[in-house]
Amino acid sequence: MNIHEYQAKELLEKFGVATPSGRVASTPEEAESLARSMISNQLVVKAQIHAGGRGKGTFTSGYQGGVKLCKTASEVGAVAAQMLGQTLVTHQTGEAGRLVRKVLIAESKEIARELYFAITLDRALGCPVIIASLQGGMDIEAVAEKSPDAIVREPIHPGLGLLPFQSRKLAKELGFGPANMRAACRLFHAVYRLFTECDCSLVEINPLVETKGGEVFALDAKLNFDDNALFRQPEIVAMRDLDEEDPREVQASKFNLNYIGLDGNIGCMVNGAGLAMATMDIINHYGGSPANFLDVGGGANEQQVTEAFKILAGDPNVKAILVNIFGGIMKCDIIAQGIINAWKVVSCDVPLVVRLEGTNVELGKKLLRESGLPIIAAEGLAEAAEKVVAAAKGSN
Amino acid sequence: MEYGTKVVAGVTPARGGEVFEGRVPVFDTVLEARQQTGCNATMIFVPAEFAADSVMEAIDAGIELVVCITEGIPVLDMLKVKQFMVGKNSVLIGPNCPGIITPGQCKIGIMPGYIHKPGTIGVVSRSGTLTYEAVWQITSRGYGQSTCIGIGGDPIHGMTHRDAIEFFNADPGTEAIVMIGEIGGGEEEEAARFVKERVHKPVIGFIAGATAPPGRRMGHAGAIVSGGKGAASDKIAALEACGITVAKTLAEIGDTLMERLKK
Repeated sequence: MNIHEYQAKELLEKFGVATPSGRVASTPEEAESLARSMISNQLVVKAQIHAGGRGKGTFTSGYQGGVKLCKTASEVGAVAAQMLGQTLVTHQTGEAGRLVRKVLIAESKEIARELYFAITLDRALGCPVIIASLQGGMDIEAVAEKSPDAIVREPIHPGLGLLPFQSRKLAKELGFGPANMRAACRLFHAVYRLFTECDCSLVEINPLVETKGGEVFALDAKLNFDDNALFRQPEIVAMRDLDEEDPREVQASKFNLNYIGLDGNIGCMVNGAGLAMATMDIINHYGGSPANFLDVGGGANEQQVTEAFKILAGDPNVKAILVNIFGGIMKCDIIAQGIINAWKVVSCDVPLVVRLEGTNVELGKKLLRESGLPIIAAEGLAEAAEKVVAAAKGSN
Repeated sequence: MEYGTKVVAGVTPARGGEVFEGRVPVFDTVLEARQQTGCNATMIFVPAEFAADSVMEAIDAGIELVVCITEGIPVLDMLKVKQFMVGKNSVLIGPNCPGIITPGQCKIGIMPGYIHKPGTIGVVSRSGTLTYEAVWQITSRGYGQSTCIGIGGDPIHGMTHRDAIEFFNADPGTEAIVMIGEIGGGEEEEAARFVKERVHKPVIGFIAGATAPPGRRMGHAGAIVSGGKGAASDKIAALEACGITVAKTLAEIGDTLMERLKK
């Protein structure tokens, strides 16, 4: 799960990490009046969407840049008017871009140095790891490619946590002098506490800045959370912004279905994440293009299958549907009954290819045969993929 | 039990003293079950919220093989489990996996038994249903499996691809190995290096996720930690460079294996 920059900064503040004071506005008028209440005459207006690269992004209106410096409140109002209600396209949003519904108005700081500081999971070592660099404010992947030596990695023992000497080492490596050493160490510990207490999968502060006045600030922040841990993070769940998510994904998540929307025209319903990925791959191999990733999971019931099918059938981009099930815990007859139920409530006018194998396969096939539905049956996976690709082309 | 696995005990807190289906005694704790029955393997289905605790309970009780089926365990909980395991003798398979099966002998998992057949092919996979698919293709072509291991789809888990291949390499009953991987992490590459250095049995590979959109579920920093690794194309190249024959599609795993065995 992702949250907005302004929400990330609220969380950082709560854990004791300083961020430039700022407020969120939904209208240009609100933005202007907020700006009037702020003391600084160096303000920055930032479009709030769940994607990076905003500063270099372009609005579909032609307006350049989702991050702007302003000197006066009226200027803030004018900039907010250009951003709010407009669609911002960045290198992370895809061509469709994202609608800007909120802007953050924050005090701009006189920056002396820009650094990079992040905590994430090191899968190979099986522990959290701090990733830091003197080259802040840039895309860290670009830094990793051009100058891998400029990146410092510090693994953290999950039982012991971040140790004081590790913080001092990092502060030294990030060039903090005697005046700011302690502030920097305090900040590192605060970020680690946020990472563990909120079940983050990523805390990325880019840039972390040292101002000319000698203060240490998180100027921009990105937080991702472990979806598996959301059951114990009600405060984080409350920050979820459904407007930022694909409506098909929002609908799927209501029924605990693992769905990711894609740009193709073949709807897929599969059990198991690996099989779902491999099904997308084989559709692609035979010249088709998947409209989605959908793992109905191991223990799905008829209702979940019905809802999953509704999402596929209701997607205007979908020209054909492939159901590929290899039953383990999931029984083939449950899938078959779910499809039959869904058919009664959704008008599905695209070809449907079904391939069933595994637990209760004969019962599942029998249910589908006797239902009289116009289903194209397939035995093997390759046959199913070929048939659905041909069907999608035929119904175009 | 239907498959012939010797189930000697069940554990459900506050249900100790009951007997399941007139045959299997139920205990309150894993330690009691271990002490009274001498069980040496366990399968855990406990809900995600409490599963990490159950895994540690089983390890603490000294159970040699711990298979955790549960999906959705928080990553931070699994980090604690990994720490807890240091210095202990237990082997953990999973979580978020279908388990392990030696066809015709023993099944500790949730896979459909009938698709398997005793034989000489070792199968290891990060995905449950992908394993079933591969196993079914092998069985349909008249071959059987020595053992099939689902190591699970979570980023932090017990047995790795490399561990499983090391086991298959040492197993006289295994003549060829099928490794089924997917995008993310660097475990398939690590296993491939091991294959190149130590394994003389034929190894077939498959990597799922070539068409998965980049960036989903993976933050910037995560992509760096794995050192630019994780994409399907990189993994396939790494496997091939180590002498592993990689099937182009999931449907071709069986045929790819047959061709490799003929050589």
